[in-house]
Amino acid sequence: MFNSSSIPIMVGSVRKGFDRSKWGQKSAGLILPLLGILVFIGMWSAVAKNVDTSLGQFPGPAQVWEQTGSLWAEHQAQQQKADAFYARQAERNAQRVALDPSYEPKIRDFTGAPTFIEQIWTSLYTVMVGFALASLVAVPLGIVCGLSKSAYSAMNPLIQLFKPVSPLAWLPLVTIVVSATYISDDPMFSKSFVTSAITVALCCLWPTLINTAVGVSSIDTDLLNVSKVLRLNAITHIIKIVLPSSIPMIFTGLRLSLGIGWMVLIAAEMLAQNPGLGKFVWDEFQNGSSESLARIMVAVFTIGIIGFVLDRIMLSLQQWVSWDKTAITR
Amino acid sequence: MKKHHLELSQIGIDFPTPKGPFNALTNVNLKIAQGEFLSLIGHSGCGKSTVLNIVAGLYQATYGGVILNGQEVNEPGPERAVVFQNHSLLPWLSVYKNVELAVRQTRNGRSRKEIKEWVDHNLALVHMTHAKDKLPSEISGGMKQRVGIARALSMQPKVLLMDEPFGALDALTRAHLQDSLMEIHAQLGNTVIMITHDVDEAVLLSDRIVMMTNGPSATIGEVLDVDIDRPRDRIALADDTHYNHCRHEVLRFLYEKQKKVESVSSRTTPQRRQHQVGTDAA
Repeated sequence: MFNSSSIPIMVGSVRKGFDRSKWGQKSAGLILPLLGILVFIGMWSAVAKNVDTSLGQFPGPAQVWEQTGSLWAEHQAQQQKADAFYARQAERNAQRVALDPSYEPKIRDFTGAPTFIEQIWTSLYTVMVGFALASLVAVPLGIVCGLSKSAYSAMNPLIQLFKPVSPLAWLPLVTIVVSATYISDDPMFSKSFVTSAITVALCCLWPTLINTAVGVSSIDTDLLNVSKVLRLNAITHIIKIVLPSSIPMIFTGLRLSLGIGWMVLIAAEMLAQNPGLGKFVWDEFQNGSSESLARIMVAVFTIGIIGFVLDRIMLSLQQWVSWDKTAITR
Repeated sequence: MKKHHLELSQIGIDFPTPKGPFNALTNVNLKIAQGEFLSLIGHSGCGKSTVLNIVAGLYQATYGGVILNGQEVNEPGPERAVVFQNHSLLPWLSVYKNVELAVRQTRNGRSRKEIKEWVDHNLALVHMTHAKDKLPSEISGGMKQRVGIARALSMQPKVLLMDEPFGALDALTRAHLQDSLMEIHAQLGNTVIMITHDVDEAVLLSDRIVMMTNGPSATIGEVLDVDIDRPRDRIALADDTHYNHCRHEVLRFLYEKQKKVESVSSRTTPQRRQHQVGTDAA
């Protein structure tokens, strides 16, 4: 990066034993991102002071940090309550069994309101189910579209038609259909969960489908010829040739899909009232206390960090699955 | 008298273009005997690869057909194994697994143990046993081509089709592989059709050299018999008058009779992969 011979003015600093190129690498790796974050926090707190809302001043970094602590404290308090509840229940059941051996103890779940941490888990669980559902459909369908030009021609108008549809347009339809069809006395999943997961699935189908189709259709002709000469049957052809060579594109699609799914989920949960992060944001918005905005900001950062972590996990998964360990993936 | 076991009869092919069909090959007739080593030579874009692809079954001839042991062939199959120019090994499989895939496809009722022995045998034939657990990206170009040959041989093909097998290699590696190929051919006696650009390679390896005219509507120009005794030694042959006469014949065909004038503006790669019909010859 720094070619000291061509810039003699900088030689002064090199003479002092200050290795510019090493410094350059370190600054690029750690110092510059930190600097970016610091500048952002500074600007945020400066701007926040000047924004007055009906719920008071817009929260700055300090208030948001405070609320992060209080959400964690609430979670721990709630967990203690739950532990105490289960301990009491177990004790009571033991007593009743001791008095009357024929009594079958009833185990009831703790019914306290879900805490922020529990809502994060609900969201993660919902997005994963929706994403898995979409991938199970999109990858095989993408392979079919990539292998057969006719299948692609048949599917393409539908893909182009449904790809840009917002989750908010799907949601009412999905809600009504789920209410009408998912009827059971002892439902395994709540309706709000099913609705949210299906909405997520509908929106994150497309990037995986399109990228898989492109990846499969752009396999090296020589490798296809090898397959023809060997007379590989369809299954062997897909396992030995198609999948390994389109893994990078499939994963590009999966990563885009998961990103979209996570974004869509928040909106879906708001409207479907699935007890995840979306509902948290909505409830805080409706609550309208002086702390609400700071708590929503906590949710905003949480959503961002989890989205980033999910993408990194997909990246590691791609590197683990891919045959080409030297390939640069980002 | 050897019997003809591979016959190319009146082969011609048209490629569809927006301006109507483009006749790339016409009236290609060849009778090839069992165990014969045949080279196809000609300028780039003249349809050598197209001939090979038709014999392999990867292209369908528009006119005429290919007859192998009395039966017409229309689709690719392991009895006509192909050694591709750029090796075409599956990059995610090790050297061993690449050959094993071919052996499994043509197992002929082999047991697990026999499959392993057969893979090892073919890798030994091309002197690649030492690198059998390496990935293709970890070995040199010459080694990859050796594995490509081992994979083709492991299918026990009736005809071995080689599309400029050594074209992408440096001269020393090429000489090594040519010697290996002569050895293997002497040992197994497969029928071989090889495409080449290299006059020395054609004369050294072949029993017959088929020289093709320039396209469009390319066809066979001349056929040269190379009756030099085997085994052939490249150093001894360098001063051999008959060898030099053969070289001379091929060179004269390529550079006098079929002299190719290629204008710079219309230069495109010959239609090898994209089914793109070259406009360079027009």
